[in-house]
Amino acid sequence: MRFLLVEDNQQLAAAVLDRLALDGHVVDHAGDLGMAEDYISATDYDLILLDIMLPDGDGRDFLNAQRARGKDTPVIVLTARSEVSDRVGALDMGADDYIPKPFDFAELEARCRAVLRRRTGTATNVKRFGNVAFNALEGTLTNGDRVIPLRNRELRLLEVFFGAPGQIIPKPKLVDRLFSYDEDVSENAIEVYVGRLRKKLEGSDVSIVTVRGLGYRLAVP
Amino acid sequence: MWPFRAPGSIRLRLTLQLLTGAAVMALVLFLIVYSFARQIGAESQDRILSASATSILDATTVQSGNISVDIPYSAFTMLDNSVDDRVFYRITQDGAGLTGYDDLPSARQDQGTGPAFDTVTYRGEELRIATLTRRVSVGGTPTRIDVTVGQTRDAQADVLARILRMTVLLGFGFFAASALLAVLAGRSTAASLSRLAESVSRRGPQDLRPVVAEVPSEMRPLVASLNSLIARLSAALTRTEDFIAEAAHRVRTPLATVRAHGENTLRRVSKEENRVSLREMIRAIDESSRAAGQLLDHAMVSLRADQLELSPVALRPLVADLVDRLRPVAELKDMDLRFEASEEQEVMGDTILIQNAVRNLLDNAIKYAPPETPIDVALTRDEANATLTIRDRGIGFPATGADALTGRFARGENATGVIGSGLGLTIADEVARAHGGTLTIANTEGGPGACVRLSLPLR
Repeated sequence: MRFLLVEDNQQLAAAVLDRLALDGHVVDHAGDLGMAEDYISATDYDLILLDIMLPDGDGRDFLNAQRARGKDTPVIVLTARSEVSDRVGALDMGADDYIPKPFDFAELEARCRAVLRRRTGTATNVKRFGNVAFNALEGTLTNGDRVIPLRNRELRLLEVFFGAPGQIIPKPKLVDRLFSYDEDVSENAIEVYVGRLRKKLEGSDVSIVTVRGLGYRLAVP
Repeated sequence: MWPFRAPGSIRLRLTLQLLTGAAVMALVLFLIVYSFARQIGAESQDRILSASATSILDATTVQSGNISVDIPYSAFTMLDNSVDDRVFYRITQDGAGLTGYDDLPSARQDQGTGPAFDTVTYRGEELRIATLTRRVSVGGTPTRIDVTVGQTRDAQADVLARILRMTVLLGFGFFAASALLAVLAGRSTAASLSRLAESVSRRGPQDLRPVVAEVPSEMRPLVASLNSLIARLSAALTRTEDFIAEAAHRVRTPLATVRAHGENTLRRVSKEENRVSLREMIRAIDESSRAAGQLLDHAMVSLRADQLELSPVALRPLVADLVDRLRPVAELKDMDLRFEASEEQEVMGDTILIQNAVRNLLDNAIKYAPPETPIDVALTRDEANATLTIRDRGIGFPATGADALTGRFARGENATGVIGSGLGLTIADEVARAHGGTLTIANTEGGPGACVRLSLPLR
């Protein structure tokens, strides 16, 4: 995925860039609307994350101008202002969604996924191993011709495994991906979800293997 | 003591003042006209009496040393009138009666010869008398002849009585006309005031444009100060809104930075104690940012609720949008957010406030209910109200004091471990009240979970 982040706060931008890069995305960062214009004219992005209050203008004006020019790259607005006053404006001006700061990366991901699913609808990001195909964007897993339904947490768990096939993934990392910070969860809770996934992957070419004391690993052919 | 001193009614005061003025004027008018008429009546009688006496004097001749009086008929016909006025006369020579009524007094008090007048009581009646004097020479001896003519005043009294009636009528007519004008003046003065009041009170609560009503010049200072008050109020409200938005921005951006770095760091560290403290840190950030956000939202909601601007709000699309928006968050916990609405429900309200209330209720349901449970959102109506019901399968509200949870910063005793500010229900409750609706919170009958109902009066 290729993202453009338009955010004037350098520290926040650095953290978001860091996170998106960790997830394997390519991100460009524009500190103001002028830079954002330059990036957009040179590259096609899958998604734009847009701050509202920028040094050289209002993000909503930029959004408006983009839509007026017929550019329909999905936009998620990052807002730090009071939601009571801003929410309507952003969505009315053609934003696909908005997320208030500070945001949970899990929620940001979920919103990105929902927006992309709505907007593209095409299988762009399918990973295949043997008879198994996984589309993280659409949230579908197929075993041969059989579509295996996935719940959201199972989907996110699979995303981690398919993102690093064959590598050992420690339990804490899975906990971070699956549960919000206000839930008191033990690492045992992960076993429940891994158990469900194993059931769904039965009879396929891939399997989730326990590496005792270390974590899990996706075994692929 | 004047009974209608300020701050009574301007209209009443003005009317009464004008009426009092009119009454005094009517009385003065009456007195002037009446005394004038009386004076003219008296003067004209005097002139006739004097003319009558003159004609008698003219008819007095001295013939061979004797005084002879041949009273002309006209001397009495000129005094004649339709009323039974009686006429008396007396002619004296050097004070000794020649002819006429001997006991008729003379009006003359001096030794002059001009006409003298007097009013006397004669034979039980009021009499106006005139005395004229002429000096003649009778056989070389100067002699003085006095002619006194008197007349009762019945005719004059009759005329005066008629004039009195007319003057009284005139006075009353004048008073009545003035009273009518006073009432009209009072009404028109009060009307320009009430027009201004109406033009101010008719405007919507968020209409802070200056007043441009056509008013009399005396009221212009009032309008000017009203407009300056409106301008200051409007500036203060804008400043407050800007301040809230700016405060939210200032607080949230650094929190977002800390939180993002915290999450990134958590992904990189593997030592358990570091992970625990990082998680604690993120939780603390969430708690403070949520509290800050809700406080600012609450301030904005209170501000808007105080000056509520009503417009038609279609509830079904509003709730459907919010449900769609929160679905990704619910899905993170594998929760199923289900929405059912029978038909279109339209209420009068502030869209932003209602959105905020509903979002807070949905947030709560997602936050407090366990993963993999459904949340049912239903929109129903009865004759008077549209009701949004949100049912979850969570921990529900504590058995005692569920109603207390709508108070500020109140949180259920069983809400430990979930990040919350205690303002969500307060905001929803405030919005409900501002719209004349209700928020009821209860536990779902016969099952675990909370059931929250937001009722708003239908349009």
